Formats: sequence, structure tokens, C-alpha cells
Amino acid sequence: MSETITFTIDGVEVKGKAGQTIMQAADGNGIYIPRLCYLEGCEPFASCRVCTVIVNGRPQAACTQPIAPGIVVENNSPEVTQIRKDIVEMMFVEGNHFCPFCDKSGNCELQAMAYRLGILAPKYPYLFPVCELDASHPYIFIDPNRCILCGRCVQASRDLDGKHVFDFVGRGPHKKIRVNAAVRLADTNLDITDKACDVCPVGAILKKGVGYAVPVGQRLYDKEPIGSDIESKAK
Amino acid sequence: MKNLEKAVAKICAEYGNDRTRMMDIVRAVQVKFGGVDNEAIDLIAARTGTHRVEVESVVSFYAFLSQKPKGHVVIRLCNDVVDQMKGVQDVAKTLSTKLGIGFGETSSDGWFSLEWAPCIGMCDQAPAALVNDLMVTNLTTEKAAELIRALKANPNPGQLTAKFGLGEGNNAHELVQSSVQNNIKKTGEVLLGDVPAEAGLKKALQKSPEEVIAEVEASKLRGRGGAGFSTGLKWKFTRGAQGQDKYVLCNADEGEPGTFKDRVLLTERADLLFEGMTIGGYAIGAATGILYLRGEYNYLRPFLEDVLQKRRDARLLGADILGKAGFNFDIRIQMGAGAYICGEETSLISSCEGLRGDPKNRPPFPPQQGYLRKPTSVNNVETFCCVSRILDKGAAWFAAIGSGKSTGTKLLSISGDCKVPGVYEYPFGVKIRDLLQDVGAENTQALLIGGPSGQFIGAESFDKTICYDDLATGGAVVIFNKDRDMIHIAHQYMEFFVEESCGYCTPCRTGNVLIEKCLRKILDGQGEPEDIAYLQQLGNTVKKGSRCGLGQTSPNPALTTIKNFRAAYEAVLKPARDGMQPTFDLKAAVSDAEELAGRQSVSH
Amino acid sequence: MEKPRIATASLAGCFGCHMSLLDIDDRILKLIELVEFDKSPVDDIKNFTGRCAIGLIEGGCCNEENVHVLKDFRKNCDILVSVGECAIMGGLPALRNGIPLKECLETAYINGTGVYNPSGRIPNSEDIPLLLNKVYPCHEIVKVDYFLPGCPPPADTIWEACVALLTNKPLDLPYELIKYD
Repeated sequence: MSETITFTIDGVEVKGKAGQTIMQAADGNGIYIPRLCYLEGCEPFASCRVCTVIVNGRPQAACTQPIAPGIVVENNSPEVTQIRKDIVEMMFVEGNHFCPFCDKSGNCELQAMAYRLGILAPKYPYLFPVCELDASHPYIFIDPNRCILCGRCVQASRDLDGKHVFDFVGRGPHKKIRVNAAVRLADTNLDITDKACDVCPVGAILKKGVGYAVPVGQRLYDKEPIGSDIESKAK
Repeated sequence: MKNLEKAVAKICAEYGNDRTRMMDIVRAVQVKFGGVDNEAIDLIAARTGTHRVEVESVVSFYAFLSQKPKGHVVIRLCNDVVDQMKGVQDVAKTLSTKLGIGFGETSSDGWFSLEWAPCIGMCDQAPAALVNDLMVTNLTTEKAAELIRALKANPNPGQLTAKFGLGEGNNAHELVQSSVQNNIKKTGEVLLGDVPAEAGLKKALQKSPEEVIAEVEASKLRGRGGAGFSTGLKWKFTRGAQGQDKYVLCNADEGEPGTFKDRVLLTERADLLFEGMTIGGYAIGAATGILYLRGEYNYLRPFLEDVLQKRRDARLLGADILGKAGFNFDIRIQMGAGAYICGEETSLISSCEGLRGDPKNRPPFPPQQGYLRKPTSVNNVETFCCVSRILDKGAAWFAAIGSGKSTGTKLLSISGDCKVPGVYEYPFGVKIRDLLQDVGAENTQALLIGGPSGQFIGAESFDKTICYDDLATGGAVVIFNKDRDMIHIAHQYMEFFVEESCGYCTPCRTGNVLIEKCLRKILDGQGEPEDIAYLQQLGNTVKKGSRCGLGQTSPNPALTTIKNFRAAYEAVLKPARDGMQPTFDLKAAVSDAEELAGRQSVSH
Repeated sequence: MEKPRIATASLAGCFGCHMSLLDIDDRILKLIELVEFDKSPVDDIKNFTGRCAIGLIEGGCCNEENVHVLKDFRKNCDILVSVGECAIMGGLPALRNGIPLKECLETAYINGTGVYNPSGRIPNSEDIPLLLNKVYPCHEIVKVDYFLPGCPPPADTIWEACVALLTNKPLDLPYELIKYD
């Protein structure tokens, strides 16, 4: 059996196993640490930074930081919440997030995160980037307006599907998602059954022909905040 | 087979069709064809067994690589803050006029491309430009015009070396042939004074690797790149880490604006550096060393390769070094391709692995899992040079120099508003006031210590000292006199960070853009008192949320000018009138419609 | 004591947010007890008759008239509230923000699929306000005090907000009432 490690999150004593990350241990204790890029079954990508917590006074990503005996983790302090709000608001202004007519609305993790954090509107100026849609594939379309560059599709295609349909090109504010073809998604070997088609937290990679399948009011995050499933496991 | 196909096949074969050598492959294709186009990307992917999008992700990351073909001659004019202070805008106009193209453009005949480049490591001889691999320094409008005349007559920058005269020391070496100046203005006893050849390596090989590490630890040597981690400890971790293959990496990606001391060490102390790397290899049990050399310093590469070859010939590299049975170590040079982020150690590792220069998750730290997931120690050029000296003269000698916990000397690259810019070797603990006197700085308003990722300080800090516990620096010191607009300068450095962020994590990718926009707004006379709190909170989020050292320090130009030059901000910030947003410009907003409709708006 | 006044406007919006305001059902009677409506499409008062406590703005700014009205609201209202996605971030009209204005107009009036316009001209008269180069969120033109997201914001959200603002209570919306769609 692996060694049990005791530490605190927001003053509450929790236990985890050696080798776990703060996020894994928190999950096991029914404490939700907000996250957007994290993808079960893959190495933590650590790009979104929404899971930033403060560990013994230093900011760390909960998805990559291992637990250690006696560490003091802040997850819900005003400063941590402010950092998370700021980061989520940055995502809203760096892309074009038209929630009212997005298929993903109600099931979107970015939107749900903003709801959970109580964001009414971003305080930053909208950057209104110009993005091109790729609807060439018969079953899948990509709308980079909504992409938050989390890396889930890149990881899922590479590590779960054994392909490499997606990757990032450019850097800094010019960074964007690209497909493994000279021009279009249709020219890649992406299949509708690929895991990569199901992991997008936002509406950037969507299946055609199934839009607005769930009525408003019954969608994933209409009633319960994101993370409620984890919090319901609290002892 | 077509020309491109043959050439790509040959280049890939030269690097063993090894995808981890992608940087070398795409660089070679870029040089040969002026770009790495879609066809080349497909060919490279096929040869190296990668996906085309992986190749594209690398090509699109580095400033010196491009998918669109560039001109045969690429002129990269440095637009660093110091170059701007020294009149680069006039030089830019001349270059643009004489070439008939704007920045970011290629001439229609395909001969010339004109681009801006961030700091190319020549702040002490600014303005400067990189013309393919040729460094042209101390540019004036006349010199720029002369450069274009010469290039138009003979578009081969390599043959223009003699034209601008040769610099001192090894800059005049037959394999360097550069007009770059060392500008060594103060020598110290550790690095820039006389150094006996291989004395440190010889003594190191008489000790056990553990003893070598103990000696380095006892010297209290800390990393000279800026982070200041204990070198001995880093080596101890790397040596102790599990795994057969271990690596010694030298960070010669000196990209922090205002830093150029490693360039001088590479030019004048190449043997001392390689000696230090070899000692490092011995200490941690590595057989391979990699010198990651920034693309801008490609002009030093033939010289450095020659130094390495001479060391192999002298059995200072290779098998059984200096007769020490079983100690095998060699060094290769990995060229960068224009990316500041690659100075961050895990990004540097990614780049060496043939990937985008994205930083890696920590933990695991490089001493546990670095290059190719093997234990790796990444150290700065200056750090390795110090190691050679410590092993020769002893830890006690080294520890006696400097102040307190900051032992030894520090090379400072000093530029900006001063009479004698250049490289200065000071023992740690030098007072800012004394330094300003040495460099002939007058009427000084501010110093940027450690480059834009460091801090701006004002007169109230001139009695502080350069050392890890007071004013820490990787070596850059930029001086600004009282005529300089600190907000303008902070804004220019933020523009640098926006361009150089890798874009991996949200706060750095977008937060820096937002800071830059707010400073722009203030410079445009639209700043409001609440912008201070906005910038401070934004800066805090970027610093605390970012994944690597770039974002963890990039808000500093804004934050440290707000902290230490607040009056400059307060002088220009004014409350918005009548609840209107000062940034909204109705006239500009209707200009397109006015033109289309052929009538004036009634509202302004 | 005189009742506080409330004004509303629909700029580049669809009146959906106003519909949602009316959707507070019988609570509208309570609202009438609390406030007096000033300039608003609800009562068709065209110009401000006095200083207002609250201005509710639906829609972003897509033309010069929107800007004029918005600035007028800012001048005449103590508290300005952006109501709905269009006011907050431009909404559907802002889909044109990545497209040059000329191309937009030509598609709408000349080349677009299904366009019937024998004159082949883009409408142009002094009476037609000039379009802005892009659709602006309201708070990028004037200072906005509160934001009520949604498309439209639920009637309950508008109700809760109005009551809180009129009674000087903090605006603290429960989870179910923060919606962007």
C-alpha cells in the first residue's frame, strides 16, 4: 500500500496517497479545484492555470504539484479566486465566445466555470480576433473562435487515439490550433469515433447534426455548478 | 526526385532522420530554400517519421523560421529599447527607403527581407542589425545606406565582413571575422583576467566526481543566468538521479534584453566554458554536453566548432579525457532560431529535443527528468566558466570574493545612457552608485536591473548592491537618464514580452497583451487613476498564474515602474469625464462608414 | 417622496431583453409602485424628462445613433446597467467584427444570397445613422456600473437586480440566474 499523506486545503485536513497531485488528492476528498485543460487519462497539460492554488505561500498548478506532508493549500482564498476569475475572463476576451447561439452552451466548461466564479462580464477589453472556421469534415467542425488552447484535443488524438490530428502552431497571442493536413480537417484521418472529438471543453470542436440536443434547463450546468459531482463525494 | 525532395532527404539523413534533431533539419532547409513551405514540411515529416503538423508547429514557433520564403538576405534590425534610445528609427527609415520595402516585407525580386528583431545582444554597440549571420553594429543612417549599397552590389553578407572593420580579440579570428566589439571595460580575477588553460579540469580529474561537486557546493556558486540556484546542489541532484544517460546543457541563449556578457565569454573564454562543461560532465556522470547557442550568435558557431575540434584533438573531449580511463564526454552545439523563451531551461530542453520551445511541467525538474527525459543539468555560460576557475583555485578562494551569500564575481552587461557601455566584471556587492560612476552615467533617472524580467529602480536605490539578496541580476543593467519616459520604456518592454510569450498558458499569452494595451492607453493620454489598480491586479495574476519564469516576471516592467516611478504615472492619469470611456474614438469608429457613404457623421 | 425613475433603451439588440423585462409578470405592478418609467420604449417617452436612478441598456453599439443614445443615458442616469449579451459583448451583431464594413454592406445589400435589390445600391441617406467600424460593447463607450448577462437575462435576474439597486442592497445573483444564453 502506498503511504498516506496528510495536509490541509483551506484549513481542512485531508489525506492523499504518495505520488498524487494536489488535484487528485482533493478530488478524493470531495474538494473541487477548478480546472479546464485537465483531461483524465492523460498527463496534466497545465496550460489553463485555472487550477492555480497557493501552496505554502507559493502559487502552483494543482494538476501538476505533488502532495507532501503538512503542506498548506489555499484553494478558496480571495486571492486564488481572483486569479481564477482573471484567467477565465482572459479566455473570454481573447476569443469570440458567442454563448447565445453556441451549440455547447449549457454544457460548456468555460461558461460553467464563469458561472461558478460568478462572473457577470469580463473586465478586460474584447480583442475580437479574426478566426476561420473549418467545416470541411463530414461529421466534425472546428470553430477556433471558441478555442481556449487547452490542448485536450492535441493530447487525446496523440495519446488516446494514437493519431496526431491536432497540434499548435504559432506562439504567444498568435498561437492557434492546427490540423495535420496542409489545409483542411477533411484531409486528416480524424474519425467521428475518435476521443479527440469528445474532449473539447468549449464549442471549438463539435459534431455536426446534433446541435441543441438537450433542452435548456436540462443541460449539464443549468442547475448544478461545474464540480458538483466531485463535491458530492465529500464525506 | 525533385530538387527540394533531394535536398530535404540529404539534410534529414545528415541528422540521422532523427526527429529530435528537428531544429537542425528545419534550420538547414530554411537556409537553403529561404523558407520551409508546405511541401518541405511534408517531406521532412515523412523522412523523420513525424506528422506534418508537428513539423509545422516547430517552424511556426521560431522567429528565424518561416513557411513563406524569405529573401536571400534577411536584415533583422534590432528594436530593443536601447536601440530605440540610440536612434534606430532613423536607421530603419533609411533601410526601408533604400530597399523599397517595409518591415515584415520581402522585395519583389526575392533578394531582401526586412524585419524587426528583439535584442540581438549588442546593446553596447547599438543600433545593430543581423544581416543573415553578419552582425552590423553602431549603425548610423550613413552606415545603413552603405550597407544596402554594398549588399545590392554583392548580396552575400558573408563577404562583407571586412567592410566594417574587425573587432578586438577573437572577433578578428579568421573563423569569426566580425566587427563586433567585446567592450570589456573591467576585468576581475575570476573570468576576464588571466585564466590558465585547463587548470581546473586537470585538478577536477584528480578528484572523485563527488569531491568535485563538494568543491562547487563549498564555493557557494549560484547560477549566473538569473535564477540563482546553487550549482553544486543542481549537480548533486542530477548525479543522484536514477537513469543511465545524463546530460550537461549549457544555456547560451542569452536573450534577456540588455544582456551580452555571454557573447563576450563565448568569444574570449570558449575554452574556459567547454572546460567547465567537461567538469560538469565528469561531476554528474554525463557523456554528452550540448551548448544551446542562440540563433543570433550563429556567427560564432564556426569558431566554437573549431574550438571543440581542437579540444577533441587534444584529448580534452572524447574518450578517456586527459588519460582518465572511462571518462568520456563530448559536446555538440544546438542552434536556436530566435525565441527568447528558449532561455528558460525547460524550453531550452524542448528546443534541443526538436520541439516547439514550450516550457515543461515541473516537477519533474530537469535534474530528475530533462533532455529526452533523462537527468539533465542546465547551467549558464558564466556559471560553467566559474566552475573551471573554482576547480583550479579552490572553493575558499572563490568564496572569499563577493559579499555574504553571493560569492565570486558577476559579469554585468551595461548599456543605455552612459559614456562607457560594455562588460564589467565586479565582485558581488558592488554598489549601484559606484557602478554608475564607473560607466560614466550622469543625470540618471532609472536602472533596469536584470533586464525587463528584473526591476526598474530609481535614485532611492542607488545605495543598494548587486547580489542575490539585494539586487539580483542575470547580468543586464540598462541605464536611463532623466529625459526618458519611463512609461514609454515599460510599454516597449511589454511589447517584447507579448511577442516572446510562447502562448502555452493563458495568463502569459493574454495577460501580457492586456497589460501592454493598458500602458498604450496611458501613453495615448487616456489613462485613468484606476488603471494603476487594474495593472497591479492583472500583473499579480500573470505572475502567480503563469507556468514558467517568463510569465512569472513579464509584468515587472509595468509593476516596478508603478512602484518606483509612480509620479510619472500620476502626472498623466486623469479621471474620465462624464462617465465616458476615454478610449472610445467616435471619429475613428465612423471613418469607414463616412468614406463608404460619402458623407460626414453628424455626431462629431 | 418622489419615486425613482428608470429608463430603458434597445440599441443594437432585438428587444428580447425588453421582452424579458415584461416577463416579470405581475411583479411589473410592484415595479410600477417602486419606480416611474422615464425614457423607454415601454411607455414611448422619447426624451428624458428628469434625472433617472437607473438606466437599463439592451444591445451593443453598431452605429452613431446608438452611441448618441448611450451617452445620453450615461449623462441622465445614476446607475447604468448593461442588460444582455449584446450590451455586454456585442452579441450576434458583433459577428461582423471580423469582416470589413464594406464587405458586410455589400453582402447585405448587393451580393448576398437571396438579396433582391434592383437598384444595386447600398441605402444611403442623411436619415440613416452611419455604422461603426465594429459593434462595440456598451462599456467600451461609456462607464457601465452593472452587467446582467443572458440572451435574454432571465426575468428573475432583471427583477432581482432592479430590486437590489432600488433598495441599495448588494447585487448577489444566485447560480441559476447567471446565464450567458
